[in-house]
Amino acid sequence: MVELVVFVLMGGGALAGGVTVIKARNPVYSAMGLLGTLFAIAVLYVMQLAHFVAAVQVIVYAGAVLTLFLFVIMMVGVDKEEDVSETIPHQRRLALALGLIAIGIVVSLVARGRFAWVPVATTAADPQATNGTVQALAEPMFTDWVLAFEATALLLTIAAAGTIALASFRRPVADTAAERTGI
Amino acid sequence: MSLVVTAGWYMTLAAVLFALGALGILIRRNALVMFMCIELMLNAVNLTFVAAGRALGNLDGQLAVFFVLVVAAAEVVVGLAIIVAIFRRRQSASVDELSELAG
Repeated sequence: MVELVVFVLMGGGALAGGVTVIKARNPVYSAMGLLGTLFAIAVLYVMQLAHFVAAVQVIVYAGAVLTLFLFVIMMVGVDKEEDVSETIPHQRRLALALGLIAIGIVVSLVARGRFAWVPVATTAADPQATNGTVQALAEPMFTDWVLAFEATALLLTIAAAGTIALASFRRPVADTAAERTGI
Repeated sequence: MSLVVTAGWYMTLAAVLFALGALGILIRRNALVMFMCIELMLNAVNLTFVAAGRALGNLDGQLAVFFVLVVAAAEVVVGLAIIVAIFRRRQSASVDELSELAG
């Protein structure tokens, strides 16, 4: 019963945040909607006993990634109106119809079939089967998944190096001089 | 009738969130908002991973989420650096203005 109430509240919050992300005219409001979604999903993780994942979600996503987003939004400027002219005719209307059809299909499948085609999704899981504590996650992470762990370490190093390379890019002097004179 | 929240409920919520993110990618022009929609879709997939892992009595779903989070963080860092680099050159974050390569 508790899980049902939390699911309805947080699921509704996540959906409201998602709608805010795609509807808001101002990117700052979009970021705030994303923040709401991320927190709601973190609560849903806790409901499913994924404690470590929930903590990482709040620290990495809501903390680091969203701060980075807001930083770049402020830098790029929030005062510019988004261009609403369409290069592909009827793109917005078609996309909206497509999205609503996709959501409708999901909802109707749930309303009719109740996940009969996914046997594992119909049973109420044993709540204690997967208690995602740090200790429980660390053991498989450094044994079975150690290759993936090393690969992500490499990925992060490459990403950091790539970002530094992008940030320190300078235009050649001749190029800027030519632009200044209008050639 | 007591309603039990099964893994399917979480997967449904995740599917709707994913559709919202995909919809956002299609209708928005601002590169930053499109990035946020990608994050939305990644989160929907993460929710599916956790729900499926719990239903199967297996911790691997949560480990997969951890690695998706790391990849998402790296992707955001590089993506935002590219957006800033583009912005410095043309004073705009709209993807429609980046069509020179289309010929």
